[in-house]
Amino acid sequence: MSGTKTTYNDKVVRQFAVMTVIWGIVGMLVGVIIAAQLVWPELNIGFLHFGRLRPLHTNAVIFAFGGCALFATSYWCVQRTGHTRLWGGPLIPFTFWGWQLVILLAAITLPLGITQGKEYAELEWPIDILITLVWVSYAIVFFGTIGKRTVSHIYVANWFFGAMIIAVALLHLGNSAALPVSFLKSYSAYSGVQDAMIQWWYGHNAVGFFLTAGFLGMMYYFVPKQAGRPVYSYRLSVVHFWALIFTYMWAGPHHLHYTALPDWTQSVGMVFSLILLAPSWGGMINGIMTLSGAWHKLRDDPVLKFLITSLSFYGMSTFEGPMMSIKTVNALSHYTDWTVGHVHSGALGWVAMVSIGSMYYLLPKLFGKTEMYSTKLMTTHFWIATIGTVLYIASTWISGVMQGLMWRAVNADGTLAYSFVESVKGSYPFWAIRWLGGVLFLSGMLIMAYNMFKTMAGGNTKDTPVIVPVGHHA
Amino acid sequence: MESVYLLIPVSVILVFGIAIAFWWSVRSGQFDDLEGPGFRVLMDEDQPQTTDDAKEPNKRENV
Repeated sequence: MSGTKTTYNDKVVRQFAVMTVIWGIVGMLVGVIIAAQLVWPELNIGFLHFGRLRPLHTNAVIFAFGGCALFATSYWCVQRTGHTRLWGGPLIPFTFWGWQLVILLAAITLPLGITQGKEYAELEWPIDILITLVWVSYAIVFFGTIGKRTVSHIYVANWFFGAMIIAVALLHLGNSAALPVSFLKSYSAYSGVQDAMIQWWYGHNAVGFFLTAGFLGMMYYFVPKQAGRPVYSYRLSVVHFWALIFTYMWAGPHHLHYTALPDWTQSVGMVFSLILLAPSWGGMINGIMTLSGAWHKLRDDPVLKFLITSLSFYGMSTFEGPMMSIKTVNALSHYTDWTVGHVHSGALGWVAMVSIGSMYYLLPKLFGKTEMYSTKLMTTHFWIATIGTVLYIASTWISGVMQGLMWRAVNADGTLAYSFVESVKGSYPFWAIRWLGGVLFLSGMLIMAYNMFKTMAGGNTKDTPVIVPVGHHA
Repeated sequence: MESVYLLIPVSVILVFGIAIAFWWSVRSGQFDDLEGPGFRVLMDEDQPQTTDDAKEPNKRENV
Protein backbone atom coordinates (compact mmCIF):
# COMPACT_ATOMS: atom_id res chain seq x y z
CA MET A 1 0.00 0.00 0.00
CA SER A 2 1.49 3.31 1.09
CA GLY A 3 4.63 3.29 -0.99
CA THR A 4 3.95 6.98 -1.52
CA LYS A 5 5.79 9.36 0.74
CA THR A 6 3.80 12.34 -0.47
CA THR A 7 2.37 14.61 2.15
CA TYR A 8 -0.55 17.00 2.11
CA ASN A 9 0.32 20.65 1.60
CA ASP A 10 -1.02 21.95 4.88
CA LYS A 11 1.25 24.96 5.06
CA VAL A 12 -0.98 27.07 2.83
CA VAL A 13 -4.08 25.87 4.70
CA ARG A 14 -2.43 26.88 7.97
CA GLN A 15 -1.57 30.34 6.62
CA PHE A 16 -5.08 30.98 5.34
CA ALA A 17 -6.70 29.58 8.50
CA VAL A 18 -4.74 31.88 10.81
CA MET A 19 -5.40 34.88 8.57
CA THR A 20 -9.12 34.05 8.56
CA VAL A 21 -9.22 34.77 12.29
CA ILE A 22 -6.99 37.86 12.03
CA TRP A 23 -8.95 39.41 9.15
CA GLY A 24 -12.19 38.46 10.86
CA ILE A 25 -11.19 40.60 13.82
CA VAL A 26 -10.05 43.50 11.61
CA GLY A 27 -13.16 43.44 9.41
CA MET A 28 -15.58 43.15 12.31
CA LEU A 29 -13.75 45.87 14.24
CA VAL A 30 -14.31 48.24 11.32
CA GLY A 31 -17.96 47.13 11.35
CA VAL A 32 -18.25 47.96 15.03
CA ILE A 33 -16.66 51.37 14.41
CA ILE A 34 -19.09 52.31 11.66
CA ALA A 35 -22.02 51.03 13.72
CA ALA A 36 -20.79 53.35 16.50
CA GLN A 37 -20.55 56.22 14.01
CA LEU A 38 -24.28 55.87 13.35
CA VAL A 39 -25.05 56.16 17.05
CA TRP A 40 -22.43 58.83 17.82
CA PRO A 41 -22.01 60.92 14.64
CA GLU A 42 -19.12 62.88 16.18
CA LEU A 43 -16.98 59.77 15.63
CA ASN A 44 -16.86 60.54 11.91
CA ILE A 45 -13.36 61.99 11.82
CA GLY A 46 -11.46 63.11 8.72
CA PHE A 47 -11.30 60.50 6.02
CA LEU A 48 -12.24 57.80 8.52
CA HIS A 49 -15.94 58.63 8.17
CA PHE A 50 -18.74 56.18 7.53
CA GLY A 51 -18.66 56.57 3.75
CA ARG A 52 -15.00 55.62 3.53
CA LEU A 53 -15.00 52.90 6.17
CA ARG A 54 -18.15 51.10 5.12
CA PRO A 55 -16.62 49.65 1.91
CA LEU A 56 -13.53 48.77 3.94
CA HIS A 57 -15.75 46.81 6.34
CA THR A 58 -17.58 44.94 3.57
CA ASN A 59 -14.40 44.15 1.64
CA ALA A 60 -12.60 43.03 4.79
CA VAL A 61 -15.28 40.69 6.05
CA ILE A 62 -16.31 39.27 2.65
CA PHE A 63 -13.02 38.97 0.81
CA ALA A 64 -10.44 38.96 3.60
CA PHE A 65 -12.24 36.95 6.30
CA GLY A 66 -14.58 34.95 4.04
CA GLY A 67 -12.01 34.65 1.26
CA CYS A 68 -9.27 33.28 3.52
CA ALA A 69 -11.77 30.84 5.04
CA LEU A 70 -12.71 29.63 1.54
CA PHE A 71 -9.10 29.22 0.46
CA ALA A 72 -8.20 27.32 3.65
CA THR A 73 -11.17 24.96 3.59
CA SER A 74 -11.17 24.31 -0.16
CA TYR A 75 -7.44 23.53 -0.17
CA TRP A 76 -7.92 21.19 2.78
CA CYS A 77 -11.03 19.50 1.38
CA VAL A 78 -9.74 18.99 -2.16
CA GLN A 79 -6.59 17.30 -0.87
CA ARG A 80 -8.35 15.08 1.68
CA THR A 81 -11.21 13.96 -0.54
CA GLY A 82 -8.98 13.59 -3.60
CA HIS A 83 -6.28 11.75 -1.64
CA THR A 84 -3.56 13.79 -3.26
CA ARG A 85 -1.21 16.67 -2.58
CA LEU A 86 -2.14 20.15 -3.76
CA TRP A 87 -0.91 20.72 -7.29
CA GLY A 88 0.48 23.96 -8.68
CA GLY A 89 4.00 24.57 -7.32
CA PRO A 90 4.74 28.29 -6.88
CA LEU A 91 1.15 29.21 -7.73
CA ILE A 92 0.08 27.92 -4.31
CA PRO A 93 2.09 30.41 -2.19
CA PHE A 94 1.21 33.06 -4.79
CA THR A 95 -2.49 32.63 -4.05
CA PHE A 96 -1.75 33.27 -0.37
CA TRP A 97 0.61 36.22 -0.66
CA GLY A 98 -1.24 37.71 -3.63
CA TRP A 99 -4.53 37.60 -1.75
CA GLN A 100 -2.97 39.22 1.33
CA LEU A 101 -1.57 41.96 -0.89
CA VAL A 102 -5.03 42.58 -2.37
CA ILE A 103 -6.40 42.96 1.16
CA LEU A 104 -3.61 45.29 2.20
CA LEU A 105 -4.11 47.46 -0.89
CA ALA A 106 -7.85 47.58 -0.16
CA ALA A 107 -7.14 48.74 3.38
CA ILE A 108 -4.99 51.58 2.02
CA THR A 109 -6.97 52.72 -1.01
CA LEU A 110 -10.53 52.61 0.33
CA PRO A 111 -10.04 55.06 3.25
CA LEU A 112 -8.24 57.35 0.77
CA GLY A 113 -11.36 57.37 -1.35
CA ILE A 114 -9.79 55.55 -4.29
CA THR A 115 -12.79 53.59 -5.49
CA GLN A 116 -14.78 52.51 -8.52
CA GLY A 117 -17.93 53.17 -6.52
CA LYS A 118 -19.43 49.76 -7.24
CA GLU A 119 -20.73 47.97 -4.19
CA TYR A 120 -18.55 44.98 -3.21
CA ALA A 121 -16.37 45.77 -6.24
CA GLU A 122 -14.91 49.08 -5.12
CA LEU A 123 -11.26 48.31 -5.74
CA GLU A 124 -9.62 50.23 -8.58
CA TRP A 125 -8.41 48.62 -11.78
CA PRO A 126 -4.77 47.80 -10.87
CA ILE A 127 -6.00 45.87 -7.82
CA ASP A 128 -8.69 44.26 -9.99
CA ILE A 129 -5.94 42.90 -12.23
CA LEU A 130 -4.10 41.50 -9.24
CA ILE A 131 -7.34 39.85 -8.05
CA THR A 132 -7.72 38.28 -11.49
CA LEU A 133 -4.18 36.88 -11.40
CA VAL A 134 -4.66 35.43 -7.92
CA TRP A 135 -8.04 34.01 -8.78
CA VAL A 136 -6.87 32.36 -12.00
CA SER A 137 -3.97 30.81 -10.04
CA TYR A 138 -6.49 29.59 -7.46
CA ALA A 139 -8.51 27.98 -10.26
CA ILE A 140 -5.40 26.32 -11.72
CA VAL A 141 -4.35 24.99 -8.32
CA PHE A 142 -7.84 23.77 -7.41
CA PHE A 143 -8.74 22.14 -10.72
CA GLY A 144 -5.20 20.85 -11.17
CA THR A 145 -5.55 19.08 -7.85
CA ILE A 146 -8.96 17.72 -8.87
CA GLY A 147 -7.28 16.48 -12.05
CA LYS A 148 -4.63 14.48 -10.21
CA ARG A 149 -6.95 13.00 -7.56
CA THR A 150 -6.43 9.31 -6.90
CA VAL A 151 -10.10 8.43 -6.47
CA SER A 152 -12.53 8.67 -9.37
CA HIS A 153 -15.41 10.28 -7.51
CA ILE A 154 -15.30 14.03 -6.94
CA TYR A 155 -16.87 14.68 -3.52
CA VAL A 156 -19.85 17.05 -3.63
CA ALA A 157 -18.10 19.75 -1.58
CA ASN A 158 -15.54 20.14 -4.35
CA TRP A 159 -18.29 20.76 -6.89
CA PHE A 160 -19.49 23.68 -4.79
CA PHE A 161 -15.98 25.06 -4.36
CA GLY A 162 -15.30 24.63 -8.08
CA ALA A 163 -18.53 26.38 -9.11
CA MET A 164 -17.67 29.22 -6.76
CA ILE A 165 -14.23 29.65 -8.32
CA ILE A 166 -15.53 29.72 -11.91
CA ALA A 167 -18.52 31.94 -11.17
CA VAL A 168 -16.51 34.50 -9.21
CA ALA A 169 -13.96 34.71 -12.04
CA LEU A 170 -16.75 35.36 -14.55
CA LEU A 171 -18.52 37.91 -12.35
CA HIS A 172 -15.35 39.78 -11.52
CA LEU A 173 -14.30 40.04 -15.16
CA GLY A 174 -17.79 41.08 -16.27
CA ASN A 175 -18.47 43.71 -13.65
CA SER A 176 -15.02 45.21 -13.27
CA ALA A 177 -14.63 46.02 -16.96
CA ALA A 178 -13.52 49.64 -16.90
CA LEU A 179 -11.63 52.25 -18.88
CA PRO A 180 -8.65 53.55 -16.90
CA VAL A 181 -8.01 57.28 -17.20
CA SER A 182 -5.09 57.26 -14.79
CA PHE A 183 -3.32 54.83 -12.52
CA LEU A 184 -5.86 55.31 -9.76
CA LYS A 185 -9.00 56.24 -11.65
CA SER A 186 -11.20 54.42 -14.12
CA TYR A 187 -14.72 54.59 -15.46
CA SER A 188 -17.05 51.63 -15.75
CA ALA A 189 -17.49 50.19 -19.24
CA TYR A 190 -21.25 50.47 -18.72
CA SER A 191 -23.37 53.47 -17.90
CA GLY A 192 -26.63 54.38 -16.22
CA VAL A 193 -29.15 51.63 -15.73
CA GLN A 194 -27.02 49.23 -17.80
CA ASP A 195 -24.30 49.66 -15.24
CA ALA A 196 -26.76 49.11 -12.41
CA MET A 197 -27.98 45.91 -14.01
CA ILE A 198 -24.44 44.54 -14.51
CA GLN A 199 -23.51 45.66 -11.01
CA TRP A 200 -26.35 43.69 -9.39
CA TRP A 201 -25.87 40.74 -11.69
CA TYR A 202 -22.42 40.76 -10.10
CA GLY A 203 -23.55 41.78 -6.64
CA HIS A 204 -26.20 39.16 -6.11
CA ASN A 205 -24.22 36.38 -7.72
CA ALA A 206 -21.30 37.27 -5.49
CA VAL A 207 -23.70 36.54 -2.63
CA GLY A 208 -24.85 33.42 -4.41
CA PHE A 209 -21.53 31.95 -5.36
CA PHE A 210 -18.89 33.49 -3.10
CA LEU A 211 -21.00 33.60 0.07
CA THR A 212 -23.31 30.67 -0.59
CA ALA A 213 -21.88 28.03 -2.93
CA GLY A 214 -18.40 28.25 -1.43
CA PHE A 215 -19.63 28.04 2.13
CA LEU A 216 -21.99 25.20 1.21
CA GLY A 217 -18.90 23.32 0.08
CA MET A 218 -17.51 23.98 3.55
CA MET A 219 -20.74 22.74 5.11
CA TYR A 220 -20.84 19.52 3.05
CA TYR A 221 -17.35 18.60 4.19
CA PHE A 222 -17.11 19.80 7.78
CA VAL A 223 -20.61 18.97 9.06
CA PRO A 224 -20.29 15.23 8.22
CA LYS A 225 -16.68 15.15 9.42
CA GLN A 226 -17.41 16.76 12.75
CA ALA A 227 -20.60 14.77 13.29
CA GLY A 228 -18.84 11.56 12.26
CA ARG A 229 -21.80 10.69 10.09
CA PRO A 230 -22.34 10.83 6.33
CA VAL A 231 -24.41 13.69 5.01
CA TYR A 232 -28.13 12.93 5.47
CA SER A 233 -28.70 12.28 1.77
CA TYR A 234 -25.79 12.31 -0.61
CA ARG A 235 -28.26 12.09 -3.48
CA LEU A 236 -29.98 15.27 -2.29
CA SER A 237 -26.64 17.04 -2.03
CA VAL A 238 -25.99 16.34 -5.71
CA VAL A 239 -29.49 17.54 -6.66
CA HIS A 240 -28.93 20.59 -4.45
CA PHE A 241 -25.76 21.47 -6.33
CA TRP A 242 -27.15 21.23 -9.85
CA ALA A 243 -30.43 22.92 -8.96
CA LEU A 244 -28.60 25.81 -7.31
CA ILE A 245 -26.19 26.52 -10.12
CA PHE A 246 -28.78 26.12 -12.90
CA THR A 247 -31.11 28.67 -11.31
CA TYR A 248 -28.93 31.20 -9.52
CA MET A 249 -27.69 33.60 -12.18
CA TRP A 250 -30.80 35.77 -12.63
CA ALA A 251 -31.75 36.85 -9.12
CA GLY A 252 -29.83 40.13 -9.31
CA PRO A 253 -32.59 42.48 -10.56
CA HIS A 254 -34.40 42.21 -7.20
CA HIS A 255 -31.86 44.76 -5.98
CA LEU A 256 -33.33 47.23 -8.47
CA HIS A 257 -37.07 47.02 -7.79
CA TYR A 258 -38.92 50.25 -8.59
CA THR A 259 -35.95 51.80 -10.34
CA ALA A 260 -35.36 52.73 -14.00
CA LEU A 261 -34.83 49.04 -14.73
CA PRO A 262 -37.62 47.76 -17.05
CA ASP A 263 -40.48 46.21 -15.13
CA TRP A 264 -40.19 42.82 -16.83
CA THR A 265 -36.55 42.52 -15.77
CA GLN A 266 -37.52 43.22 -12.17
CA SER A 267 -40.20 40.53 -12.36
CA VAL A 268 -37.75 38.01 -13.84
CA GLY A 269 -35.40 38.72 -10.94
CA MET A 270 -38.21 38.27 -8.43
CA VAL A 271 -39.33 34.94 -9.93
CA PHE A 272 -35.82 33.51 -9.98
CA SER A 273 -35.29 34.66 -6.40
CA LEU A 274 -38.43 32.81 -5.32
CA ILE A 275 -37.32 29.66 -7.14
CA LEU A 276 -34.08 29.72 -5.14
CA LEU A 277 -35.95 28.92 -1.96
CA ALA A 278 -36.25 25.27 -3.07
CA PRO A 279 -32.59 24.34 -3.51
CA SER A 280 -31.57 26.49 -0.54
CA TRP A 281 -33.91 24.74 1.84
CA GLY A 282 -33.04 21.35 0.36
CA GLY A 283 -29.44 22.00 1.29
CA MET A 284 -30.27 23.39 4.70
CA ILE A 285 -32.43 20.40 5.63
CA ASN A 286 -29.79 18.02 4.27
CA GLY A 287 -27.13 19.60 6.46
CA ILE A 288 -29.17 19.74 9.65
CA MET A 289 -30.59 16.22 9.21
CA THR A 290 -27.04 14.87 9.05
CA LEU A 291 -27.32 14.97 12.83
CA SER A 292 -30.56 12.99 12.81
CA GLY A 293 -30.18 10.23 15.37
CA ALA A 294 -27.18 11.93 16.93
CA TRP A 295 -28.67 15.12 18.28
CA HIS A 296 -27.00 14.53 21.63
CA LYS A 297 -23.70 15.44 20.00
CA LEU A 298 -24.92 19.04 19.87
CA ARG A 299 -25.01 19.17 23.65
CA ASP A 300 -21.30 19.33 24.27
CA ASP A 301 -19.62 19.88 20.93
CA PRO A 302 -19.22 23.63 20.27
CA VAL A 303 -17.98 22.98 16.72
CA LEU A 304 -21.25 21.26 15.85
CA LYS A 305 -23.14 24.02 17.66
CA PHE A 306 -21.55 26.56 15.33
CA LEU A 307 -22.13 24.46 12.21
CA ILE A 308 -25.75 23.56 12.91
CA THR A 309 -26.64 27.08 14.06
CA SER A 310 -25.09 28.42 10.87
CA LEU A 311 -27.42 26.17 8.88
CA SER A 312 -30.40 27.46 10.84
CA PHE A 313 -29.45 31.03 9.99
CA TYR A 314 -28.88 29.94 6.38
CA GLY A 315 -32.42 28.57 6.33
CA MET A 316 -33.80 31.75 7.86
CA SER A 317 -32.05 34.14 5.54
CA THR A 318 -32.77 32.09 2.41
CA PHE A 319 -36.45 32.24 3.36
CA GLU A 320 -36.32 35.94 4.17
CA GLY A 321 -34.43 36.77 0.95
CA PRO A 322 -37.01 35.44 -1.52
CA MET A 323 -39.78 37.07 0.54
CA MET A 324 -38.00 40.43 0.38
CA SER A 325 -37.58 40.04 -3.37
CA ILE A 326 -41.38 40.09 -3.80
CA LYS A 327 -42.08 43.56 -5.10
CA THR A 328 -44.81 44.46 -2.63
CA VAL A 329 -42.66 43.40 0.32
CA ASN A 330 -39.68 45.15 -1.20
CA ALA A 331 -41.69 48.38 -1.41
CA LEU A 332 -41.57 48.38 2.38
CA SER A 333 -38.13 46.90 3.00
CA HIS A 334 -35.96 48.53 0.35
CA TYR A 335 -33.42 51.14 1.51
CA THR A 336 -34.26 50.41 5.16
CA ASP A 337 -32.28 48.68 7.90
CA TRP A 338 -34.25 45.52 7.19
CA THR A 339 -31.96 44.89 4.20
CA VAL A 340 -28.93 45.41 6.42
CA GLY A 341 -30.38 42.99 8.96
CA HIS A 342 -31.06 40.41 6.26
CA VAL A 343 -27.50 40.65 5.01
CA HIS A 344 -26.11 40.20 8.51
CA SER A 345 -28.40 37.28 9.23
CA GLY A 346 -26.58 35.63 6.34
CA ALA A 347 -23.17 37.14 7.03
CA LEU A 348 -22.93 36.66 10.81
CA GLY A 349 -25.32 33.76 11.23
CA TRP A 350 -24.39 31.71 8.20
CA VAL A 351 -21.05 32.70 6.65
CA ALA A 352 -19.17 33.63 9.81
CA MET A 353 -20.54 30.80 11.95
CA VAL A 354 -19.88 28.07 9.39
CA SER A 355 -16.36 29.47 8.90
CA ILE A 356 -15.71 29.67 12.64
CA GLY A 357 -16.91 26.10 13.10
CA SER A 358 -14.71 24.90 10.24
CA MET A 359 -11.70 26.77 11.61
CA TYR A 360 -12.21 25.22 15.04
CA TYR A 361 -12.20 21.85 13.28
CA LEU A 362 -9.07 22.66 11.27
CA LEU A 363 -6.86 24.58 13.70
CA PRO A 364 -5.92 21.75 16.09
CA LYS A 365 -5.29 19.40 13.16
CA LEU A 366 -3.11 21.99 11.44
CA PHE A 367 -0.92 22.35 14.51
CA GLY A 368 -0.64 18.68 15.44
CA LYS A 369 -3.06 18.87 18.38
CA THR A 370 -6.05 16.68 19.07
CA GLU A 371 -8.29 19.54 20.13
CA MET A 372 -8.43 23.28 20.67
CA TYR A 373 -6.70 24.69 23.77
CA SER A 374 -10.02 25.34 25.49
CA THR A 375 -13.40 23.80 24.69
CA LYS A 376 -14.99 26.04 27.29
CA LEU A 377 -13.86 29.16 25.46
CA MET A 378 -15.26 27.75 22.22
CA THR A 379 -18.64 27.28 23.89
CA THR A 380 -18.43 30.81 25.30
CA HIS A 381 -17.61 32.10 21.84
CA PHE A 382 -20.63 30.27 20.46
CA TRP A 383 -23.08 31.83 22.89
CA ILE A 384 -21.63 35.34 22.60
CA ALA A 385 -21.73 35.10 18.81
CA THR A 386 -25.29 33.81 18.79
CA ILE A 387 -26.58 36.47 21.16
CA GLY A 388 -24.71 39.13 19.16
CA THR A 389 -26.26 37.93 15.90
CA VAL A 390 -29.78 37.83 17.34
CA LEU A 391 -29.44 41.34 18.81
CA TYR A 392 -28.15 42.61 15.48
CA ILE A 393 -30.90 41.04 13.39
CA ALA A 394 -33.78 41.81 15.73
CA SER A 395 -32.84 45.48 16.15
CA THR A 396 -32.45 46.04 12.41
CA TRP A 397 -35.73 44.26 11.68
CA ILE A 398 -37.55 46.60 14.02
CA SER A 399 -35.82 49.77 12.86
CA GLY A 400 -36.16 48.66 9.21
CA VAL A 401 -39.91 48.08 9.36
CA MET A 402 -40.31 51.28 11.37
CA GLN A 403 -38.39 53.29 8.76
CA GLY A 404 -40.37 51.72 5.91
CA LEU A 405 -43.68 52.52 7.59
CA MET A 406 -42.68 56.08 8.50
CA TRP A 407 -41.45 56.88 4.99
CA ARG A 408 -44.66 55.71 3.33
CA ALA A 409 -47.10 57.22 5.86
CA VAL A 410 -49.18 60.03 4.41
CA ASN A 411 -51.66 62.46 5.91
CA ALA A 412 -55.22 62.77 4.73
CA ASP A 413 -54.20 65.61 2.40
CA GLY A 414 -51.51 63.46 0.75
CA THR A 415 -48.48 65.07 2.38
CA LEU A 416 -45.83 62.97 4.09
CA ALA A 417 -46.59 62.28 7.74
CA TYR A 418 -42.93 62.22 8.80
CA SER A 419 -39.81 64.02 7.71
CA PHE A 420 -36.78 61.83 6.98
CA VAL A 421 -34.91 63.04 10.01
CA GLU A 422 -37.72 61.87 12.27
CA SER A 423 -37.09 58.31 11.08
CA VAL A 424 -33.38 58.79 11.78
CA LYS A 425 -34.21 59.96 15.30
CA GLY A 426 -36.49 56.99 15.85
CA SER A 427 -33.72 54.62 14.76
CA TYR A 428 -31.15 55.65 17.37
CA PRO A 429 -32.03 53.14 20.11
CA PHE A 430 -32.02 50.30 17.60
CA TRP A 431 -28.68 51.39 16.17
CA ALA A 432 -27.28 51.27 19.69
CA ILE A 433 -28.54 47.68 20.11
CA ARG A 434 -27.14 46.81 16.70
CA TRP A 435 -23.75 48.21 17.76
CA LEU A 436 -23.91 46.12 20.93
CA GLY A 437 -24.63 43.01 18.85
CA GLY A 438 -21.55 43.78 16.77
CA VAL A 439 -19.42 44.31 19.88
CA LEU A 440 -20.49 40.91 21.18
CA PHE A 441 -19.71 39.19 17.88
CA LEU A 442 -16.30 40.89 17.78
CA SER A 443 -15.53 39.85 21.38
CA GLY A 444 -16.24 36.27 20.35
CA MET A 445 -13.62 36.58 17.63
CA LEU A 446 -11.09 37.91 20.14
CA ILE A 447 -11.73 34.88 22.35
CA MET A 448 -11.21 32.72 19.27
CA ALA A 449 -7.88 34.42 18.52
CA TYR A 450 -6.68 33.81 22.09
CA ASN A 451 -7.77 30.18 21.87
CA MET A 452 -6.07 29.87 18.49
CA PHE A 453 -2.71 31.26 19.65
CA LYS A 454 -2.81 29.03 22.73
CA THR A 455 -3.50 26.05 20.46
CA MET A 456 -0.69 27.06 18.12
CA ALA A 457 1.85 27.37 20.94
CA GLY A 458 4.24 24.46 20.84
CA GLY A 459 2.30 22.96 17.98
CA ASN A 460 3.85 20.62 15.50
CA THR A 461 3.53 21.70 11.90
CA LYS A 462 4.93 18.62 10.23
CA ASP A 463 3.10 17.71 7.04
CA THR A 464 1.02 14.57 7.26
CA PRO A 465 1.32 11.85 4.63
CA VAL A 466 -1.41 11.47 2.03
CA ILE A 467 -3.83 8.77 3.14
CA VAL A 468 -4.32 5.95 0.69
CA PRO A 469 -7.99 5.71 -0.24
CA VAL A 470 -9.92 3.00 1.55
CA GLY A 471 -10.32 -0.13 -0.58
CA HIS A 472 -7.36 0.65 -2.81
CA HIS A 473 -5.25 -2.15 -1.40
CA ALA A 474 -7.74 -4.89 -2.27
CA MET B 1 -31.55 47.62 -21.94
CA GLU B 2 -28.37 46.88 -23.85
CA SER B 3 -26.94 45.11 -20.80
CA VAL B 4 -29.27 42.17 -21.36
CA TYR B 5 -27.62 41.65 -24.75
CA LEU B 6 -24.56 40.72 -22.70
CA LEU B 7 -26.17 39.05 -19.72
CA ILE B 8 -28.65 36.81 -21.58
CA PRO B 9 -26.03 35.30 -23.93
CA VAL B 10 -23.74 34.84 -20.93
CA SER B 11 -26.51 32.95 -19.10
CA VAL B 12 -27.26 30.83 -22.16
CA ILE B 13 -23.61 29.94 -22.69
CA LEU B 14 -23.31 29.22 -18.99
CA VAL B 15 -26.34 26.93 -18.97
CA PHE B 16 -24.84 25.01 -21.89
CA GLY B 17 -21.53 24.84 -20.06
CA ILE B 18 -23.23 23.55 -16.93
CA ALA B 19 -25.23 21.07 -19.03
CA ILE B 20 -22.00 19.76 -20.57
CA ALA B 21 -20.43 19.43 -17.12
CA PHE B 22 -23.53 17.60 -15.94
CA TRP B 23 -23.52 15.32 -19.02
CA TRP B 24 -19.83 14.57 -18.48
CA SER B 25 -20.32 13.76 -14.83
CA VAL B 26 -23.21 11.40 -15.57
CA ARG B 27 -21.32 9.67 -18.38
CA SER B 28 -18.12 9.31 -16.41
CA GLY B 29 -19.92 7.56 -13.59
CA GLN B 30 -19.76 10.32 -10.99
CA PHE B 31 -23.31 9.48 -9.89
CA ASP B 32 -23.18 5.70 -10.20
CA ASP B 33 -22.93 5.39 -6.44
CA LEU B 34 -24.90 7.97 -4.50
CA GLU B 35 -24.47 6.40 -1.06
CA GLY B 36 -20.83 5.36 -0.78
CA PRO B 37 -19.13 8.75 -1.24
CA GLY B 38 -20.93 10.09 1.82
CA PHE B 39 -19.35 7.35 3.94
CA ARG B 40 -15.99 7.39 2.23
CA VAL B 41 -15.33 11.00 3.19
CA LEU B 42 -15.43 9.92 6.84
CA MET B 43 -12.70 7.36 6.27
CA ASP B 44 -9.94 9.67 5.01
CA GLU B 45 -9.05 10.23 8.63
CA ASP B 46 -6.89 13.28 9.04
CA GLN B 47 -5.12 12.18 12.19
CA PRO B 48 -2.50 9.68 11.02
CA GLN B 49 -2.79 7.43 14.05
CA THR B 50 -6.48 6.78 14.44
CA THR B 51 -6.92 3.22 13.26
CA ASP B 52 -10.46 2.65 14.53
CA ASP B 53 -11.99 3.39 11.18
CA ALA B 54 -9.35 1.41 9.35
CA LYS B 55 -10.76 -1.79 10.80
CA GLU B 56 -13.83 -1.57 8.59
CA PRO B 57 -12.15 -2.39 5.26
CA ASN B 58 -10.46 -5.46 6.72
CA LYS B 59 -13.83 -7.06 7.08
CA ARG B 60 -14.14 -7.49 3.35
CA GLU B 61 -11.05 -9.57 2.80
CA ASN B 62 -13.09 -12.28 1.08
CA VAL B 63 -13.62 -10.00 -1.90
